[in-house]
Order: sequence, then C-alpha cells, then structure tokens
Amino acid sequence: MDWQAFALSLRLATVTTAILLAIAVPLSALIVLGRGRWLAAVEALATLPMVLPPTVLGFFLLVLLGPRTAVGRGIAALLGHPLAFSFDGLVVGSVIYSLPFAVQPLVAGFASVDAALVDAARVLGAGPVRLVSSILIPLARRSLLAAVVLSFLHTIGEFGVVLMLGGDIPGATRTLSIVLYDQVENFDYAAAGHTALLLLGLSALALVAVYATSQKRGRARSA
Amino acid sequence: MLRFSLDSRCGSFHLHVECTFASDWTVIFGPSGAGKSTLLRLLAGLDHPIHGRVALDGRALTETAIGLRTPPGHRQTSLVSQQPALFPHLNAAANVAYGLRSLDRAARARRVDEMLDLVGAAELATRRPHDLSGGQAQRIALARALAPGPRLLLLDEPFSALDGVASDALLVRLQTWLRDRKVQTVVATHDATDALATSAEVLLLRDGRLTALGPATQVLASERERLLSRLQAPRG
Repeated sequence: MDWQAFALSLRLATVTTAILLAIAVPLSALIVLGRGRWLAAVEALATLPMVLPPTVLGFFLLVLLGPRTAVGRGIAALLGHPLAFSFDGLVVGSVIYSLPFAVQPLVAGFASVDAALVDAARVLGAGPVRLVSSILIPLARRSLLAAVVLSFLHTIGEFGVVLMLGGDIPGATRTLSIVLYDQVENFDYAAAGHTALLLLGLSALALVAVYATSQKRGRARSA
Repeated sequence: MLRFSLDSRCGSFHLHVECTFASDWTVIFGPSGAGKSTLLRLLAGLDHPIHGRVALDGRALTETAIGLRTPPGHRQTSLVSQQPALFPHLNAAANVAYGLRSLDRAARARRVDEMLDLVGAAELATRRPHDLSGGQAQRIALARALAPGPRLLLLDEPFSALDGVASDALLVRLQTWLRDRKVQTVVATHDATDALATSAEVLLLRDGRLTALGPATQVLASERERLLSRLQAPRG
C-alpha cells in the first residue's frame, strides 16, 4: 500500500473541500438570492466542469497554468514555481473540477428554504452574510453536508485532471487513483485490488456517515 | 405620515396606487387578488416598483427617479404576513430577538420579554415554531415585528388564525401600545369585520386600483349593511 499517496490524497481532498466551501457557499447564495439574467450564466459556468471530460479540463488547465501563457508565467513569478506538476496546481484543478459537486447541492438546499423566511429576515435587517449564516445554512444543513462529502469523495477519486495537470510525482502529485493506474499498468492486480478496496472503503464510509446523520435527524424530528 | 405613488407589474397584474396615509391606523380593504399584499411588499421594500416613490415622515425610502431603493431592514418598517414565517430552527424568544442585534444581551432579553407579554405569549418563549398553533405563531410573528421599534408597521391579514375574542383583546392592547409609541400601522384585510372593528381610515383596493379612501363607516357602508343583514336574516 502506498501510504504516501494515501496521505497526499487525503490532504488534497481536505484542502480542496475547504476552499470549495469558501467559494460555493457565497456563490450558491448569490445564485439563489440574486436577481438578473446574468445569474443563469454564472450557474452554467459553475456547472460546466461537470459535463466537461476531465482530461479536456486538465489539458486546458495545463496549458493555462503552464509557461506558455501570461497567466501561467505570472503565477510562476508569484509563487517561485509553476503551478503545473505541483500540489498547488492539483488543488487549483481539483477546486475547478469539483465546483459543481459543491454548488449543486447547496443551490438546491438554499432554494428549498421558504422565501417567506428569507423575506422576514431581510425585513428584520439581515444583510446577505447574516442571511446566509443564520437562515440558509442552518436550514440547509443536509445540503451542506452533501456538498462536503461529494466534494471530498470526488477529489479523492479524481484521475483525469490529476494525471494531466500533475503527472505522477511521488509525494507531490501521485494520488491514490494514479497509484491504482500505475499498479494496473504493471499488471500488479493484487496491489491494485488493495488500493481499489481502500478507495471504495473511503467512499462507503463517508456515505454511511451522511446517511447516519440524516437518519438521526429524522428520528429526532419524529420524536 | 406615509405618502406613496406606486406603479408595479407582476405578469398581467398591474398595480397603480397614489395615496397619502395620515391616520395612525389605516386599513387596506379589498378582495383576494386586489393587490393588498403586493402593495405591502412594495412599501416594505421587498419588491420594487417600475415607477414610484415611497416616503415616510418626509424621508424618501423608494424613489425610482433617482434610483433610491432603501433595503428592507433600513426603512424602520416591519411586516407581518399572513403566513407567520417563524424561523423553524429558533425558539419563540430567539425569533423575537432576531431583529435586535444592535442591543446588548440584557436589553435584548428585556425587549423580548416585553414583546411576548404584549402579545400574550410569555409562556411560549422556549417553544419551537412547530410546537405552536397557528394563532400562537401569529402572536410570535407580531412580537418579532414590533421588537425592533418600527416607525411603520405593515400587517397582512395578521389575525386570520386567531379566534374572535383573542383577536379583539390583542387588537385593543396592540392599538394602545402603537399609539403610545407613534407607530403608523397599515393593515391589509379582506375581512370587513376586521376593518370595521377599528375607527380606521380605509383604502378600498380593487384590481390594483384605489377606488375609495375615507373613514371605515363611509367607505365600508355597503359591507356593513351586508354583514348586518346576514346577522339579522332568519336561519333555515
């Protein structure tokens, strides 16, 4: 078992999920509470990575963040190293790739909150930040949990973007799914089985945790 | 004094009202779909007119000509809608305290107690909204709207879930409290008995247009006659 890759995958998923939440919560609130046709374009843009093949997204990011573009050269000058083929690059790619998996449940959850509650809070003086923190998030906790779990698991299992953008550098960009690919390529099916089982176990564990929380809440409601 | 001139469209419905409310207690009376709730939402700043102006005591709150749209929480205006819309994750006291963020903890607790007492719901402070009856929820919603000390109180069918006796008792307490604090109140209702229960100024609204404005006894004379004839009519 490649524990270094395991630790790197967990670190990547944790950092990505934290950044995604910081972006997705205000973005989803804007999509739900905002007015204007341009919001449809924002939502479409946030959903685009879901329908884009991961390798295509990885390729675009590789080109954009590489030394051929001004953006890539600017970031390299700022950080002292290029983003492509680095852990930071993987984080950027993962955040973009998993954005829909954080935004979609949050948009659905926020939209399901009764508009009369939002109006009541606004009349009582709640600004956008208080509206989100004191009304939308508490009333859409399950959607927030779903966004966290989906973002985390989606990043753990990510392959196309990681391979394109990060390559296969041990300790820097080699995640569990890259290890699995390497093991299959080397016909080491026994090791691949263990790696696949670990990925499966992680996903199952997270989903059980989500459903257990939902059931507990359901029992508390019916009590 | 509340002065407004509003022109608003929602689908095929067109509201066009120009009016001045000088009385402390004004009733907007009209059938369902006349535009009462729409008008209250425009006054509260929750919706915006195509053209128009809203001014409270000479201070412009909405003025489309100069792009002024004072946000709902900054208009010294409270709204109680027909649906109490209590925050389900907060108990009654926390609901009432929601608009009192600027007060310190002790002052907030005092104001919450005072408001719950006023609406006769002191014993409900720790109850969650799903444990309240419709009438109790409306009382809490009213306490929550009064707590921040608005200058203008907008009530949309506020006593629909209260029985007659409870509604009358609350109305008497509420009117005294509002008069003492010089809070101008606008009540929307389709129930003539609500409108006639107070010596209010009545605005008659039909299809988004103002059709009459004046004392309840004049504007609702025909409604009063209809109610009396129903009461006097032999049963069976």
